[in-house]
Amino acid sequence: MTGAALSPRFAPGRVIAWLLLLAGGLLMLTPLLFMFSTSLKDSADIYDLRLIPAAPTLDNYRTVLSDGRFLRWFWNSLAIATIVTLSNVFFDSLVGYTLAKFQFRGRYLIFLAILSTLMIPTEMLVIPWYVMAKNFGWLDSYWGIMFPGMMTAFGTFLMKQFFETVPTDFLEAARVDGLNEFTIFWRIALPLVTPALSALAIFTFLSNWTAFIWPLIVTTSKELYTLPVGLASFAVESQIQWELIMTGAALATLPTLAIFLLLQRYIVRGVVLAGLKG
Amino acid sequence: MAGIAIDKLVKRYGTTQVVHGIDLDIQDGEFIVFVGPSGCGKSTTLRMIAGLEEINDGTISIGGRVVNRLEPKERNIAMVFQNYAIYPHMSVAENIAFGLYTSQLDKTAKRKRVEEVAEVLGLTKLLERRPSALSGGQRQRVAIGRAMVRNPAVFLFDEPLSNLDAQLRAQMRLEIKRLHQRLGTTIVFVTHDQVEAMTLADRIVVMRDGHILQVGAPMELYEKPADVFTARFIGSPTMNIMPAKATDGTLQLGETPMAWPAALPADVLVGVRPQELRVLGEGEAADLTLAGTVAVVEPLGPETFVHVEAEGSLLLASAPAKHPPAVGSAVRLGASAAGLRLFDAKSERAL
Repeated sequence: MTGAALSPRFAPGRVIAWLLLLAGGLLMLTPLLFMFSTSLKDSADIYDLRLIPAAPTLDNYRTVLSDGRFLRWFWNSLAIATIVTLSNVFFDSLVGYTLAKFQFRGRYLIFLAILSTLMIPTEMLVIPWYVMAKNFGWLDSYWGIMFPGMMTAFGTFLMKQFFETVPTDFLEAARVDGLNEFTIFWRIALPLVTPALSALAIFTFLSNWTAFIWPLIVTTSKELYTLPVGLASFAVESQIQWELIMTGAALATLPTLAIFLLLQRYIVRGVVLAGLKG
Repeated sequence: MAGIAIDKLVKRYGTTQVVHGIDLDIQDGEFIVFVGPSGCGKSTTLRMIAGLEEINDGTISIGGRVVNRLEPKERNIAMVFQNYAIYPHMSVAENIAFGLYTSQLDKTAKRKRVEEVAEVLGLTKLLERRPSALSGGQRQRVAIGRAMVRNPAVFLFDEPLSNLDAQLRAQMRLEIKRLHQRLGTTIVFVTHDQVEAMTLADRIVVMRDGHILQVGAPMELYEKPADVFTARFIGSPTMNIMPAKATDGTLQLGETPMAWPAALPADVLVGVRPQELRVLGEGEAADLTLAGTVAVVEPLGPETFVHVEAEGSLLLASAPAKHPPAVGSAVRLGASAAGLRLFDAKSERAL
């Protein structure tokens, strides 16, 4: 053995990996840093591209937070993302459980049908959704924003895969103990797939929090806007006030940052489990 | 407490029939063990008794009541599963209390009942633990506790010991036997391990390919197996089986033909247990004697088993522990006529 071999920490492969990760991290972080930086600048300074503002100010935050609309949109987004998340966690797992653990005619066909909808991009679905919303009278309403996402094929698929890993013995033992089928699902099966449930909840919340196209299309009243739609409307109102848009965006990222910091462990595990990007 | 009556029970999966109209009467308080190789229908039968599998034909009665159409919870049974099926997200106490899910008892009475059961099973100190912090044997005890807690009429055990190591398995076997002696509840126990069947059962039910081959007390099956399969399945090590010809009331096997009092078909199979086939000393005589060469010697302590090439196959015989023959040496094996079991070579049924 050659005693002076490179310590594994500095092995060439690792150094390259670290450099690549660092570059990728910087690439993703820079716009965020500029967002925060701009939100702390006076409107006169916004084209001064220094990262640290020359004269940092919280005025923008005061302006945005004292504007009733911003708070309204914030709550709209929060309520919609929360309701849609709860709905997905409940219904996706209910359907996933049924497909995973019950034998019935047409089961595979139903599963295929659900799965095939995964292959249609949102942009294509927007028109049928719009027609549906119009015919049912759901245009320009909270329900109109929420209905397409109340259950997702992806969530159903994810939960089905996870329920398949739950040993059937658990469910049969519960059946012998006298639980009814819903209670078995609720009290035995569901607690056994909490990692998948938390992954599903986090992804659903984040994608609804940042959803833009559909809320923009289905709403016309400003009081129904979600935060991303509202922020975009800031931009087109009269003149583009970048410092205010950046302040709003910074405020909008706070909940997602909080979620990430709080649930970091689950998110990383969820990404690994679900085999997808966040 | 209750007996179980199984009448012409049939189970089909699609067009494949896996249980072929079996009949069985289980007495109240009896310890019955279903034994057989995998796929013999023993677990399926147990699951039909539990109500976890639909019955395609025939009836099952528990305590005189036909239960075919009843849900598992309405059958007053409790079941212990192979991989314990204790819920990982609940404490030991909560797991045991789950057996009382449908009971009308109030909270304190339930708690008291859980503590009593924990006491019996030696789980008192573990009540607040999670299953992940328990050993395999402790988990199995929790599963038994959950079954015991509601005083069912029948206990069903589905290969409950097969996930345990050998030592723990012997210990749990003893505990289950003592539990049965203490509670006196009817037990139906499924296993593929004949040692479990022999040591636990009041009566053993031997199954193969969805049929019951023989039902009887352990020693009855050991002494009088009804066919070659049961003869080879029950008892360890496995019984030696040798083909032989029978002519004019004599059995043509070994060094000298043997007179046989009963009428025999032309082709027979002769079975002899390794414990009853001994390595003979110099000049020693026996009813049946065979000459062969020692292939392998297996000392076990109290006795030594010797694999001997004789009669065109490898026979297992016993030798004195202290003076086993050497590998490669020529030996004579002997058995008494009482130690032989004869089977029809065609039907493989006992003669």
